Amino acid sequence: MSQMLNIALPKGRLGEKVYDMFEASGFDCPAIREGGRRLTFENQSLGLRYFWVKPSDVAIYVERGAADIGVAGKDILLEYQPEIYELLDLGLGRCSMAVAAPAQFRDNPRRTLRVATKFSNIARRHYGSLGRDIDIIHLNGSIELAPILNLSDVIVDIVETGRTLRENGLEVVETILPISARLIANKASFEFQRQGIEAIAAGLAARTEVV
Amino acid sequence: MSIFENVLKNEERIIFALRELYRRYGYSQYKMSKFEEYDLYAGNKDFLVSDNIITFTDTNGALMALKPDVTLSIVRSSRETAGWVQKVYYDESVYRASRGGAFKEIRQVGLECIGEIGDYDISEAVLLAGESLRCISGEWALSLSHLGIVSEALDGLKVPGEYRQRLLKCIGEKNLHELTAICREAGAEESAAERLRRLLSTYGAPEVVLPELAGLRCSPEALGQLSRICGALERQGLGGGLRLDFSVVNDMNYYNGVVFKGFVNGVPSGVLSGGQYDKLMRKMGRRSGAVGFAVYTDMLERLAGAEEEYDVDVLLLYGAEDSLDALHAALAGLRAEGHSAMAQRAVPEKLRYRRLMRLAGEGVETVESDA
Repeated sequence: MSQMLNIALPKGRLGEKVYDMFEASGFDCPAIREGGRRLTFENQSLGLRYFWVKPSDVAIYVERGAADIGVAGKDILLEYQPEIYELLDLGLGRCSMAVAAPAQFRDNPRRTLRVATKFSNIARRHYGSLGRDIDIIHLNGSIELAPILNLSDVIVDIVETGRTLRENGLEVVETILPISARLIANKASFEFQRQGIEAIAAGLAARTEVV
Repeated sequence: MSIFENVLKNEERIIFALRELYRRYGYSQYKMSKFEEYDLYAGNKDFLVSDNIITFTDTNGALMALKPDVTLSIVRSSRETAGWVQKVYYDESVYRASRGGAFKEIRQVGLECIGEIGDYDISEAVLLAGESLRCISGEWALSLSHLGIVSEALDGLKVPGEYRQRLLKCIGEKNLHELTAICREAGAEESAAERLRRLLSTYGAPEVVLPELAGLRCSPEALGQLSRICGALERQGLGGGLRLDFSVVNDMNYYNGVVFKGFVNGVPSGVLSGGQYDKLMRKMGRRSGAVGFAVYTDMLERLAGAEEEYDVDVLLLYGAEDSLDALHAALAGLRAEGHSAMAQRAVPEKLRYRRLMRLAGEGVETVESDA
């Protein structure tokens, strides 16, 4: 490999699981296990450079070519619709994008539905496909609070176990789609670093079947 | 001419090289107004890269637009003459919303071939796309697809129309896992789904891909055309950068036949895009066909080597006591030798110069040199 292959991993628990998968597939980088405050880690002999970024930023790094490949949640890909290749479903971080509401909620179609969410585009597309008139309230966190304080009627958010919802008196009304971590690649990098990218995709695909 | 070459930025040098390339192939320059009636775009929004358009009301009350696209204007003003193909190139600014949402002025260079086009015209357009990429960078890739083949594989699935758009998105993303899920959801026949998956997984150099396509029962006409185009490029020394890749899918409502996308190493997105667009011609009431492509020059300033090493060749320092005549004479002498030269009393912060000199009596002396 003449050029280093830049790999953006999502910071946090999911990212660590993803790295384990890279490592188990033979694309290891021992420096990453050393901890500390470094942001980039290299394995010169394999020609790989890993770096941790905020999960929602992985797609931006890959789309703009700062990373050749990366791992991003399907939620982020659907929300931002980046121009990238989606090469593999890693099967990690499985959860779903769902509509949730207080237990006693009844949708009144005569009123505009107030939807609080971090995922405005996903919510807009979902309700657009149903022809439902909605008012999007874009929030950046603690979405579950919105229906409790009557800021919104429902929320559109990621649901993993449903525990946070239950603890706040909310329940899933409708599942929009399943979410999991995906291996993505920059389209130009794919042309010029194809061998390296394909080798990683094949290695991870073999692990995916095992997971 | 060499004097002016120093003034040009890398992307400007490329633009002029492309214009010269197209001129040598007999294409004539198409010059157009920056404005166009909005109606032209309103009816063909899907053809545009972005449907955000800057509009304004003309003095006569007509709703006008700052051009977001060049092809539609060229098609509208084209004339159809039996047996004849109109060949034009352009170098124009277009106005589009960027991914960030703000409008940008983008300089776009490209060509259009309109009329009774045949295999020769199509292969010439693909050849010129390859030549264009070679003008931009030594490391380039032209991915070629055929919508006839993709469309045929999609038809084989026999799935309702609403699934086609979702499947096309997966094709464009090389997203085999979701494509498989959609095929299953739509109840497509497994053998047809497998054929589409194989088509999408088969990409790379033509000499590898073409024999594999033969085993996928692709339309012999489309396959023959692809094979002839690849052969033509190979013979012109452009085979090395050519790939067949069926994930290149332009909008099927406008494009048919051959479509392609070009990349150069160092630029993170495609720098060239084009194809055969007979369906757009039909939509605009034309009987003939067309093929063309555009080069997006806005990304080229990011190319390695695009930035100049120095701001000025010689920085000449002078003091209050130096004679004005001596200063002018020294600078004129330096410029006559072909250097760019600037006079300052002190070294400006962060200025990059090749040589630092100062006036010494009637002449100049070097204080510091990078050469």
